[in-house]
Order: sequence, then structure tokens, then C-alpha cells
Amino acid sequence: MSSYASQKSAIGAGKLVRAALYAVLILFAVYYLLPLFVMLVNSVKTLDEIRGGNMMSLPEHFTFEPWLTAWSTAQIGVEPTGLRPFFVNSLFLVVPAVVISATLGALNGYVLTKWRFPGDKIIFGLMLFACFIPFQIVLIPMARILGLIGLAGTTSGLVLVHVVYGLGFTTLFFRNYYAAFPDELIKAAKMDGAGFIRTFTRILLPSSGPIIVVTVIWQFTNIWNDFLFGASFADFDSMPMTVALNNLVSSSTGVKEYNVHFAGAILAALPTLVVYIVSGRYFVRGLMAGAVKG
Amino acid sequence: MSFTVPGKTQSMLREILPRLVLSPSLFLILIFVYGFILFTGYLSFTDSRMLPSFDLVGLANYTNLWGQRNWMTALQNLAIFGILYIAICCILGLILAIFLDQKIRGEGILRPIYLYPMALSFIVTGTAWKWFLDPGLGLENTMHMWGWSSFTFNWIKDRNMAIYTVVIAAVWQSSGFVMAMFLAGLRGIDGEILKAAQMDGASNWSLYTRIIIPQLRPVFLSAFVVLAHLAIKAYDLVVALTNGGPGRATELPATFMYSYTFTRNQMAVGASSAVIMLAMIAAIIVPYLYSELREHR
Amino acid sequence: MAFLEIDNVCKSFGPVDVLKNISLDVEEGGFLVLVGPSGCGKSTLLNTIAGLEGLTTGEIRIDGDVIDDLPPAERNIAMVFQSYALYPNMNVGQNIAFGLEMRGMPKAERDAKVQEVAKTLQIEALLERRPGQLSGGQRQRVAMGRALVRNPKLFLFDEPLSNLDAKLRVDMRTEIKRMHQTFGTTIVYVTHDQIEAMTLGTKIAVLKGGIVQQYGTPAEIYNNPSNLFVADFMGSPAMNLIPVEIDGSWVRLTRDGDDPLVLDFDQLPASVGNMSGKQVIMGIRPEAITDSQGGAATRASSHRTVTAKCRIDVVEPAGADIFAITALGGKEVVTRLHQDWVGQAGQNHDLVFNLDKVVFFDAQSGERLR
Repeated sequence: MSSYASQKSAIGAGKLVRAALYAVLILFAVYYLLPLFVMLVNSVKTLDEIRGGNMMSLPEHFTFEPWLTAWSTAQIGVEPTGLRPFFVNSLFLVVPAVVISATLGALNGYVLTKWRFPGDKIIFGLMLFACFIPFQIVLIPMARILGLIGLAGTTSGLVLVHVVYGLGFTTLFFRNYYAAFPDELIKAAKMDGAGFIRTFTRILLPSSGPIIVVTVIWQFTNIWNDFLFGASFADFDSMPMTVALNNLVSSSTGVKEYNVHFAGAILAALPTLVVYIVSGRYFVRGLMAGAVKG
Repeated sequence: MSFTVPGKTQSMLREILPRLVLSPSLFLILIFVYGFILFTGYLSFTDSRMLPSFDLVGLANYTNLWGQRNWMTALQNLAIFGILYIAICCILGLILAIFLDQKIRGEGILRPIYLYPMALSFIVTGTAWKWFLDPGLGLENTMHMWGWSSFTFNWIKDRNMAIYTVVIAAVWQSSGFVMAMFLAGLRGIDGEILKAAQMDGASNWSLYTRIIIPQLRPVFLSAFVVLAHLAIKAYDLVVALTNGGPGRATELPATFMYSYTFTRNQMAVGASSAVIMLAMIAAIIVPYLYSELREHR
Repeated sequence: MAFLEIDNVCKSFGPVDVLKNISLDVEEGGFLVLVGPSGCGKSTLLNTIAGLEGLTTGEIRIDGDVIDDLPPAERNIAMVFQSYALYPNMNVGQNIAFGLEMRGMPKAERDAKVQEVAKTLQIEALLERRPGQLSGGQRQRVAMGRALVRNPKLFLFDEPLSNLDAKLRVDMRTEIKRMHQTFGTTIVYVTHDQIEAMTLGTKIAVLKGGIVQQYGTPAEIYNNPSNLFVADFMGSPAMNLIPVEIDGSWVRLTRDGDDPLVLDFDQLPASVGNMSGKQVIMGIRPEAITDSQGGAATRASSHRTVTAKCRIDVVEPAGADIFAITALGGKEVVTRLHQDWVGQAGQNHDLVFNLDKVVFFDAQSGERLR
């Protein structure tokens, strides 16, 4: 690993340099933590205290009220429903979309590495490029098609959208993982009499744990955090969490309840934050796999 | 040992089954990505307004587009935002990675702190920063309360400065990720080369500038590609942070496309702006993918 | 009719011909080794027998049945892979049983078979372990068990020893040979190691460029190589290949700073005798050039010999023998001397040439002159 760094620092860097190094690193830690800290602290203050006080100060009167409001009574549309129904919408959207896109990606990766045929590289290239297109280019026809097939404004429609535009990445992940899986094992399975499907379910899939985790995390965060598709294709009843949060925060009617906004923002961030905290290692690997091909 | 002589259909099935499995995905991609690109491309040559129309008007929408002040603002903002966002993320990411690579105690705590914003939705990031940058409620107010009454920081309300607040929030969100990429790159460098350089008498500074950083070129390239395509796609953050304002001061191509297509009923102009966005991204991504796929097989 | 017949097999990948008209056959219980440098087509040939790759033209028969169109699993062939290809997610017992399971054999029957094979291979204690917990030798045994349990008509081995360290390789080689003798199985074995080929095979096919260079018993291949490639490839240290001039029944080898060495053969085959004035390569194995002590034994077995003083340039004691290097015909020539030989590099010593072990090649075509 980075033994050179320790050698160098042991020889070269004095105590002062070392202290400066830590100071800079801690300063940046503060920079990254500050917005989260501000949201957290102000989500448990009363509105009066926020208006009259300092955003950095800890709450004088701790209240859990904004959280309850954000969750169950805040006015998103006409009804004071809170964010709860939209949180549920997002769950009903994310779970099937992740499962379907990951399954298809795994099968695609399997075919593209272990059952290669002429033209497979072109197909992979087409799928890969699809990862990077600006989604604005598909918004208009997608809206039309969803209307044509009767899925406009539904959660199923959004599931379809997220499956389609997540396929490139899930295929990429599994393809790169399976490319490193020894071909001899596939040959051995063939000799043993396992066909296309049993080779996959009995040999590859049981060894795919790490890449399944990476793919699920990647898809989960991307779909949960999506705003553009939700804003474009969902109607009020199928609106995902991000869109609801944005409506809550930017609604121009009534008093701006900042504490409720913050509680809502943290609620919207919570699932992905939990995933990140629980499996940060895989999260990083997913991000990197999305960035560096090979 | 059972010996079943396979029928022709059975061996045919064996041949085509893999392709059969791939075909739904391929079908979806061909229709929903490439078909849609063609459709949007076609619309950009029509007189579509609120609904798609199929009457061709040649390049009228493109000339219209380039004559729009809003579009020029959007491109200008994209240039400012893109360059600053990429440059600051790379510099910050590299510095943090190098600092963190000095056998820092507590690296295991600092690294996740730098990285967690990437897990958040841009909408959440935008909500947090909107408030943090608000002169009446956020940083400026805090400084006043702490006694620094002359402190002003009202960029978010300032037409000329608002785009930089988008940069601040976007850098906050992505720089930790770039740091992680550089850190992985640093950890992947062959230690023997560095020992050799030290034997040659390289100083700490020249070790990094002459030996290490040049070897990180692939990481710079990957970071550039990822950040550039995020910049061109940037939409949610602007919506949540400034909603394109004040006025249209933080308009970006993505917000421009959305508002022209869905709220201003100028679908054809929106389509042509989307085509331009695609062209910009393709100009960056296609050569990158081409070289990557070439090298690795 | 032989047990395994490979009949005029050709295989091309696009414009590249990987196998060109390969015809080989193996008797039941035979041990065929396919040997050659990497890229010679030996692994492709093995894969076509296994059914993992199709062939372009030609036919492969086992026991008289054409198997070309059968999928691998229905050919009744088992294969041991270079990496052993043990399924990492299954334990040893499950690995061995997997092929039986895929064929729909009931669990009880499967378990009994696995137990039986594990017993013969002495891996009963390992049945619950995962492949990752096994040593290289144990993995090979499991791989062999997986092949044996199906009781196939034919075993294929794809360089199974190349991942092992030197000592283990020798042990496992013996183990494979023992398995062959115990079970009387028919084996096709691919290797790039000519020592493995010599020690294991009942028949060896030397391949290069998708063409069978020579097919025969190990002794035939070793003593009567049919061309320069086979002569050079088989044997360690390699056969000395020395450019010579032919003059009647005399063979003249030039020497630096000395008179040429002339070997008088009394009689040369006509094909060699006709080559006077043309380029001829003489092949002689190191053990056919020895010192006077070794030469006595050669003479005693009534071989024709010639004794000549040659300058020894380098001496390499190798324990059982001493290899001494001299220069003839502008080439370094390796000789194999008795372990008691005493002498110094840089001096002239008597060397005994066994003329009965000499072979000649046309330098132009590389073909053997018989």
C-alpha cells in the first residue's frame, strides 16, 4: 500500500507540517458535515427559535414536532398528508425497479461474457452508451409512450423507466464481474451436463454476492434519489419522495416551516444514508465501477 | 448414464437461448434509448409546440434556439459551472486524497465523512444549501450574530453570482467521490517505483509532481468524464437550489429544455436543445468508451 | 478399429486455420499425449473432442460412434482442467456429485458413488471442505474424482500439472499414471512439457501450427524424430543439431581454430549420401557423446563409435551426470559425461561419439533424411 508515504512523512515532515495536515483535513470534514449538522439541529427547533436565532446554535427547546409534521401532516398538495405516502410510493418504485434491472443486468452480463456470439461487443457498446445519455433526450417520447401503453402517471410506468435506464449500468457491473470469472468453470459445468440456465443458477449466481450488493446499492441510490423522471412522469398519487420534498420546500403558499423542511429532507435522505453507512465499502466500489470501466 | 439423442429443436434452442435472454434488454435499449433519440431528433426538425407534430420546418428550431437569450445564458452558465465544478472537484479531490494518504490517523472516519454527500439526492443537497446560503437565515445571519456585522454573503440572491452557489453545492456533493477515485489511484501505484525515485533523491514535492501525479492520468480522465457528464445533465440541484433564478440567472441547458418542452409549449425548441445536450455528451463519452473498450479486450 | 478416432479434423476461426487435417487414433486403455508449444492447437483439439468447440470439417468417433454433433454432456467424456475448475460455492462432495445430479441420478445413489470415488482417491476426509481450503494436490485429486465418478469412456486432461510447484508436479504425475494403470481408462492429455509427455504417454502426438509433426510411441519420438522441430522440442537437454558437410561416407564438422572433426560412418543412407555439397544438419543427443569411461559401455553394446579429442569449453556437473559443452559446426554441443569424469574446461579431452544414434535432416526443409 502506501508505505512510501509513511516513510516520507517519517523522514521529511516535521510536527508543524503534520499538524497543518490534520488541520486542513478536519476543516474539510467540517465543510462536509456542516450542512447535515445545520439540517439536523434546525429540524428539532421551533420555528420561532429558527427565525430569531443562529442556525449553528443547538436547540433551546428540543421538539420532535417538525419530524411528525413532515412525516404525517405537512401539506404537500391539497391534503395534509405529510411525506409518508410519498415515501411509500418511492419504496414501491425502488424495490421492483432494482430487482428487475439487477436481474436483467445479471443475465446480460452472463450472456455477454460466457455465451459470446458475433456482434456481442456492439450490443454491449450500445448498452454502455445508454448509461450516459442526457435523459432530456428521451423525455418527450417517453411521455408519449407511457400514455400509449396506459402507464402514464403510474408507479409501474416509473418502474419501467428506471429499469430501462438502469440496464446499462447493471449490465456493465455484471459483465465486468463475470469477465473475471474463470471460463474453465463454465466449461466444467458444460461437461457435467449443466445447461445455460443451471450453469447460471448453480455456478455463477452463488458466487455473485459482492456484485449483487454493489448493483443493488447503485440502483437503489440512483432510483431513490431521482427527481427528473419522477417530476416528469408521476402524477400526484404516484409522486416519489424527492418530488414531494421539493414541492414541500418550494411551495409558495403559507408560512415557510423550515424545521419541517429539514426534517423532510433528512427523511428523504435517510434510506440512502442508511445504505451508505451500512455498506459504505460497496457503495464506493459501485461508484468506482460506474466511473472506471475495464 | 442416460443418453438422449437431442432433436434438432433442442440443439437449436441451445444455440439461441443466450440471445433470447439478451433480447428483451436489447429491445428495450433499442426502442427506449436509440429509438427515442431518433424521435426527439426528428421532433427537433418539426413545428411541434404543445403536442408532437410531424410537419418539418428544417433547421428553424436550431436557428431559433441560438437566437434565444435564455439558451445563450444556459450555455454560458454551463461553461462556468462545468469548468469550475470539474476543476475544483479535481483539485480538491486530489489534495484531499494526497493528504489522506499520509498515514493519517482517523482516515477511516474522515473518508466516509468526505464521501457521504454522494449518497444524497440533489434535492436534499439543494434544500440544505439554499438555506445555508440564504443571507437572512444562513451563513450571513450567523456571522452577524457572532458579531461580524459587516459580513455579507448574498450570492444566491445576486444575478451575477448565483451560478457560483450552484458550483459550491455541486462541489460539496461530488468532491468526496473524486477524492475516493484519486485515493484508489494513489494506492494502486507501484511502491517500488517510488522507492527508486527516493533513492534517486527526489524530494517530497518532486515525488508527487514528477512521479505520482503523472501516473494518475487515467484517474483524471475518468473523473473528467464522470463530472463532465454530470455537469451537462445537472438539473435537480438547480431546481432545488435556485429553481433557475433569480430571474433566469442560473438557467442550465437541462432546465431550459424542461421549461421549453413542458411549461412553455415549445416542444420542438426543447427537442433541439436536448439534441445539442446529447451531442455534447457524446463528444466526451464516445471517444472515452471507444478507447476503454479497445484497451480491455 | 481404434477406440478414439480423430479423422481429418480441421478447425478454423474465421480466416485462421487452427487445426489442419488432424488424424489420430487411440486404443482402448491408451494414453495419448498431445504436446507442443503454446498456440500449436493442442488445447483446441482437446476442446473439440470434449465438444466445447465445434469442428469445421472431419469426424471424431468414440467406440465407433460419431460424436461430433453431441453436446459435451452427452459424449460420456470427463475432463480435468488446468485450474481444476472446482465450483467455489460447493464443497468437495457436491463438486464430485454435480455431474451426476445434472444427469438426474437420485441422491442416495449419488452419495454412494461419491463415497466410493472418495475412498479410492483417499479424499474422504475432505468431502465437506470448500475448494478454497484445499492444497494444489488435493484439488487435483478432487478434479480427478469428479471425472472418475461418472465412469466415462474417455478422460481429457488439459495441462493439469502446470499450476503446481516442481515437487508436487512429479508426485501428481505419478498419481495420474497410477490412476491410468489402476482403472485402465483411456486418456487424452495435453501438455507443453515434453518430460510429462515422455513419462505419461503410450502414444505422443507432437503438434505445431495446427499440424501433427509426428505421432508415435515415446521411444519412436525420442530416437527417431521425423523433423528438426520434433528433434529440438523433445528431450532435455535438447538434441544437438549441428550443421555438417557430407563427403561420401564422411561427415565433416568444422571446429574453431582446429582441424574439422571427421566422423567416418562406413555407410550412410543413400538419402544422406546424395546430399554432398548441400546443407545437412546432424542430430545427436547429449548422451550419445560421452567420455571414454561411458564410451566403453557404448562399445560393449556393439555400437559403432568414433573417438576424438575435443576442446571442452564449459563443465556443468548435474549430480548423476556431468554435462560438458564443446563447439562443433559453429554450435554449442552438449555432451553427457560419466559422473566420475575428471577434467578441466579449456582443455582437450577424448569424446566418444555413438554413430548409431546419429540422425540427419535436410537443413532446407527440416525433414528427416532416412
